[in-house]
Amino acid sequence: MSVVKYCLEIGKLQILAAIMLNSRAKKLMNPVKLAVRSMPLSSQMRFNSFFFRLSVYFVLAIQLVSWSFCYAANKQVIKIAYLTQAQPPPPFLSNLDQFIENKGYHGAVLAIKDNNTTGRFTGQTFALELITVPLEGDVIALFNKAVAKKYDYVVSLLAQDQLLKVADLPAAKGVLFFDAVTRDDSLRNEQCRANVLHMLPSRSMRADALAQYMMKKRWNHWFLVVGANAGDRLYAQAIQRAAKRFGSKIVAEKVWEHTFEARRNAQSDVSVFSQVDDYDVLVVADEQGVFGEYLDYRTWLPRPVIGTQGLIATAWHWTHEQWGAAQIQNRFKELAGRWMEEQDYGAYLAVRAIGEAASRTQSNRPEALKAYLFSERFALQGYKGAPLSFRAWDGQLRQPILLAGPRSSVSVAPIEGFLHPKTELDTLGYDQAESTCKRIENEHK
Amino acid sequence: MNINKKTALILSVLLTSAQAETVFVTLEKDNALALVDPAAGKLIKTTAVGQRPRGIALSPDHKILYIAVSDDNTIKLIDANTLKEIGRLPSGDDPETFALNPQGNRLYVSNEDDSMVTVLDTVKKKPVKQIKVGVEPEGIAVSPDNQWVVSASETTNMLHWIDAKTGAIVENTLVDPRPRAVSFTADSRQVWATSEMAGTLTILDSQTKQIVKTLKFAIPGVASDKIQPVGVVIDKNRNRAYVALGPANRVAVINGQTLTVENYLLVGQRVWNLAFSSDQKWLYTTNGLSNDISIIDLEKQQVTKSIAVGSYPWGIAAKP
Repeated sequence: MSVVKYCLEIGKLQILAAIMLNSRAKKLMNPVKLAVRSMPLSSQMRFNSFFFRLSVYFVLAIQLVSWSFCYAANKQVIKIAYLTQAQPPPPFLSNLDQFIENKGYHGAVLAIKDNNTTGRFTGQTFALELITVPLEGDVIALFNKAVAKKYDYVVSLLAQDQLLKVADLPAAKGVLFFDAVTRDDSLRNEQCRANVLHMLPSRSMRADALAQYMMKKRWNHWFLVVGANAGDRLYAQAIQRAAKRFGSKIVAEKVWEHTFEARRNAQSDVSVFSQVDDYDVLVVADEQGVFGEYLDYRTWLPRPVIGTQGLIATAWHWTHEQWGAAQIQNRFKELAGRWMEEQDYGAYLAVRAIGEAASRTQSNRPEALKAYLFSERFALQGYKGAPLSFRAWDGQLRQPILLAGPRSSVSVAPIEGFLHPKTELDTLGYDQAESTCKRIENEHK
Repeated sequence: MNINKKTALILSVLLTSAQAETVFVTLEKDNALALVDPAAGKLIKTTAVGQRPRGIALSPDHKILYIAVSDDNTIKLIDANTLKEIGRLPSGDDPETFALNPQGNRLYVSNEDDSMVTVLDTVKKKPVKQIKVGVEPEGIAVSPDNQWVVSASETTNMLHWIDAKTGAIVENTLVDPRPRAVSFTADSRQVWATSEMAGTLTILDSQTKQIVKTLKFAIPGVASDKIQPVGVVIDKNRNRAYVALGPANRVAVINGQTLTVENYLLVGQRVWNLAFSSDQKWLYTTNGLSNDISIIDLEKQQVTKSIAVGSYPWGIAAKP
């Protein structure tokens, strides 16, 4: 039954009830007036019997409920699930950086606020529900129970394997996932999914951003230091790819395998470790921050450190304030009481992308929004000086990448001079011709 | 004879300098105001004005300069002749852009962080009203007939039409992403709004509040995402309008009648704001990254000069 029809039926019912009640009051009276009249328990009142008053209140209650229902129905509601899994605190080097629980959520909350401010003028309401999978919890079971059939839009903070598990579920058909956390290249290539969009830059985009900067500085000889984790190896692969793409040379490559058995401190260890042939810059791949911070100032040769520590490539940084970024940094800090992290930025963009598509299409249907998100008209403001949009071939959000030191904004990639026939933003990461994603074909299967 | 000649010369110098126009430029990073003699093509002087000055406007009688001093959280009133501070307005935090009404007794300021437009009484120096608008309001303009105030919110992507008499929002129009600046035509019948992220200009009818035309800028050899329109000015007969294109380093020349782009003029880097000379024969541009202003001869449609003024020139105003 359509909303309008329902509202009309409710209206009829009310009139009927009012007539019935009014027949006792001898004189026709509207139910609100009746209710007001019967409220004071004065002896003067003719119809002050308990049951009569009760029935009048009942009519009034129906009226209020249906009013609010019919009023709300005029507003279009866009419901978004925020799906995340509890994380154990990662290993950390010092207690300088406090462990932040639930990185990302505040970004989504800020974007919902922004969307609803716009919604005030367009008649749309945006709602966000936080759904957390416990540490060892079953993500599939929770998805089927709490998300499936209830939400068309999911902002995902899940790790790569978990995300794939839910995106491939039968119940996830027609659901659009906004991945606000992964950086994995395989997710954007051979493992890509038609219903998943990626908000943060991939490892290859980050590596290309750093490579462009090093090219500009003519730091063409790199010493690559790789950590022991799987992510570190993937990051190193992205660096190797970038070296090839931009014509730099990796003159030495070493794996950092520091264990307690080495019985040396970082001071002596790094000096010995870094005695390799001459190089311009040390590129470090240590995604968890296990040893990377120890490299700066301790290398055998005085050389800058770049990569996952030192000069980093990131989607967002607390030192960034250009292009209106100061405003969102302020708004975020006011909301969360801390600086905005990359995941917060990813989740913010995800919810804002949904909001932008919904307000432009005046729709809450995923097909309509998806079509808009991939159209030429979609241009998302990301506070980085260029409009953001999705790469149709792999669902990756194309965006400038910030290059930053611990306390300073250094540069923004793409670096001037790296050209592209369509948009310079596509000099970062896998371009259409290089991509192995069969996203569009997958969609038609 | 000789003495007479000398006096005549001095007199003529005095006269021309008295008649010459002064261009005021706020320097965001220098915390200063630059004074430029555009006829001579010279920077006259710079004077400290407060932390991070941005928006600037001249009162209708040309006597008072209003300057948004963002990091001092105020709008300063500066005597346009003596350059002395004569007052401050309670603008709210971090003021950037604002607009004066034609009488000069009301000033509308965008409060970006609070999604608010504050109406200030410039005589009593007190806030009169606060109006809730979309997220990150920026561009703002009052119609010359004083009927409408239009506020553009950058993140909501809307123009809010505020009735100048009641201070209530009457209508909202969705425009392209990140609207930055709005400007009325002299007859108040049209509003021109630039959209920074879409690289477009939207022209709206003030009566119907509907979009008349959306113009997309395209420059051969310049990537489309570098074309980020900001400041827009329209001449009094709506013959031509000019749009600053930010990092595209160009000013677009638009035919005000056919609403088509006629030309792109190369100016300094990251051009943001524009101001006409009082006779509308010249156009001045602030170029934030090359630290200069460009002067465009509008009859010849040529850039004639660039004058280095200081770090991050932002706002610009011309005093006859």
